[in-house]
Amino acid sequence: MKEHDSGIRTYIVVWGALVVLTVVTVAVSYVHLGMLNVVVALLVASVKASLVALFFMHLRYENRLVWGFALTPLFFLVLIVVGTLSDTLFR
Amino acid sequence: MRETTWNGEQPQNGRASRGYLEAKGFWAWAYTLDHKRIGVMYLYTTLFFFLAGGVFALLIRIKLMFPGQHLFTNQTYNVLFTMHGALMIFLFVIPAIPSGLGNFFIPLHIGARDVAFPRINLMSYWVFVAGIVVILFSLVRPMDTGWTFYTPYSARTAADVTTLSFGIFLIGMSSILTGLNFLVTIHKLRAPGMTWHRMPLFIWSMYATSIIQVLATPVVGITFLLLAMERVLGVGFFDPAKGGDPILFQHFFWFYSHPVVYVMILPAMGIISEIVPAFSRKPIFGYKAIAYSSLAIAVFGFFVWGHHMFVTGMSGTAAILFSLLTYSVAIPTAIKVFNWIATMYRGSITFESPMLYALTFIFLFVIGGLTGMYLGALGADIHVHDTYFIVAHFHYTMVGGTVMGLLAGLHYWFPKMTGRMLSEKMGRPAWLLIFIGFNVTFFTQFILGFEGMPRRYAEYPAQYQALNILSTVGSWILATGILIMFANFVRGLFRGALAPPNPWKALSLEWETGSPPPTENFEEIPTVADWPYGYAGRQT
Ligand code: HEM
Ligand SMILES: [Cu+2]
Repeated sequence: MKEHDSGIRTYIVVWGALVVLTVVTVAVSYVHLGMLNVVVALLVASVKASLVALFFMHLRYENRLVWGFALTPLFFLVLIVVGTLSDTLFR
Repeated sequence: MRETTWNGEQPQNGRASRGYLEAKGFWAWAYTLDHKRIGVMYLYTTLFFFLAGGVFALLIRIKLMFPGQHLFTNQTYNVLFTMHGALMIFLFVIPAIPSGLGNFFIPLHIGARDVAFPRINLMSYWVFVAGIVVILFSLVRPMDTGWTFYTPYSARTAADVTTLSFGIFLIGMSSILTGLNFLVTIHKLRAPGMTWHRMPLFIWSMYATSIIQVLATPVVGITFLLLAMERVLGVGFFDPAKGGDPILFQHFFWFYSHPVVYVMILPAMGIISEIVPAFSRKPIFGYKAIAYSSLAIAVFGFFVWGHHMFVTGMSGTAAILFSLLTYSVAIPTAIKVFNWIATMYRGSITFESPMLYALTFIFLFVIGGLTGMYLGALGADIHVHDTYFIVAHFHYTMVGGTVMGLLAGLHYWFPKMTGRMLSEKMGRPAWLLIFIGFNVTFFTQFILGFEGMPRRYAEYPAQYQALNILSTVGSWILATGILIMFANFVRGLFRGALAPPNPWKALSLEWETGSPPPTENFEEIPTVADWPYGYAGRQT
């Protein structure tokens, strides 16, 4: 593992970003965008999850093997969504 | 002929080295960080539920000897088959080989002193026990939904689905911890010189198993949480009356529960890959094909869950897709079978109990797997879905496959784990009864299912009675064989001849240390220069 040069300041900045994004999620839920509401909510959530993984869980500083393990489940997430949609979209 | 070691001398004064078994007393076990002791605790626990689940099964079979209602109510019948399925699957078939034999033998196989995280290992055992306790609490209002928890019924029944699913949630957590531990162990703790392609095939299959445990188990955990939220808070995920989709539950459930059948079968396949070359005295045929087919099974296994839902209202598009994909899993499975057979070809095979069970595995699992192909075919499945054909299929795979693999492993490694030999004189008749009993019990169910007898009903039309009686008689033969086998285990534990370090003259690392192994496994960590399958005929 490399040096965690950034220290406490990075954590505070990331935390601030997470708080702002939470506010965005709540605010957007009051605006009616139809299907887009879901899309925006999921996008914001994904960005937040990535921030947590990259900084709080130190993924940024990890080697390729750890990245491999971290990204593999995303593939299976896509799989379960696509597989289920192949049912619900065509019923 | 090979030296036969089981008729060797009895322990002289009972003062042989007890290895890792030296320390005695409750706390020496309950607080242990030794992977071998944790493995043994898992084995005792899971085998206990094997016997308990077996009692339920015998009761179910006695009930089914007569077509009408007798002996107990239909509701009791529903509870019995639910508890049989849930206990057998979650507390026995899934954990027995990975958490029991895997814990004991992965570090020994790769030349390590323990798993990567011994404390997490101990924790996984106690989380498992906590899960069992919660499951026992659910028996106050016992579950009647079948082991599959299908909604909307499971969302509405008065039975205590919430408690039972929380118990299984904990069992799943323990399973994830174990899988995680094994992945890191296999990556990080291999002895110097043990490259990936020098690993025993049991390790490859446990690696693949662990991947599934870590990736699939969280899905069922979350699904049960959603079910609990629906029951407790009234959120409408699955109940159509509340705007939910009951088939969504099946998608989530089978996204876990199909891959998990490979959590059951892959470790058993690994054991077979160890035993077949050792008892044929030939190098394993197609090492890389077997190794990579384990990974392929683990990955393909995630693509086929929809084959459980052909008849439950899924879209035709999805059904065709999943039917097609289902055929892809058969390929890596067949690769393994062909390679085992090629390994035995012209080998000098001997038939001690481990090999008898290994051969039984191959024979029965081929039947189980091929009937799986019938079920993967859309048209055929519509005819036999939810009949006894399904029951027969999954007993051929889970009992004929996983349990035979477990028994092969137990007989193979018993001398290593306990320092004592089993009796072949008891082992062979026990095997014969198990083999005959199993086939009489379950082959009849293929016929019953094909003739249209539905599963999960307490009563049935009288035309099916003859075969049902035959199946019940089979279950008694099977039970007798299992009892003799356990008697052999108990006898072996106390009175078995002392085992030499390597009774089968096998080549993997666990046989290079004492029987039983010392707490630290190896006096010196071995350096590995070759694969463990360099058998060269039979030496005398
Ligand atoms: C060659 C591989 C296999 C194929 C193609 C296959 C296919 C299938 C299909 C299509 C079904 C659903 C049938 C229906 O409900 O109408 C099924 C059920 C089942 N299979 Fe397999 N199978 C295979 C191997 C296995 C293995 C290895 C196991 C376990 C060790 C297993 C355990 C089960 C179980 C437990 C069920 C029934 C679940 C339930 O409804 O209660 N199968 N299989
Ligand atoms: Cu399946």
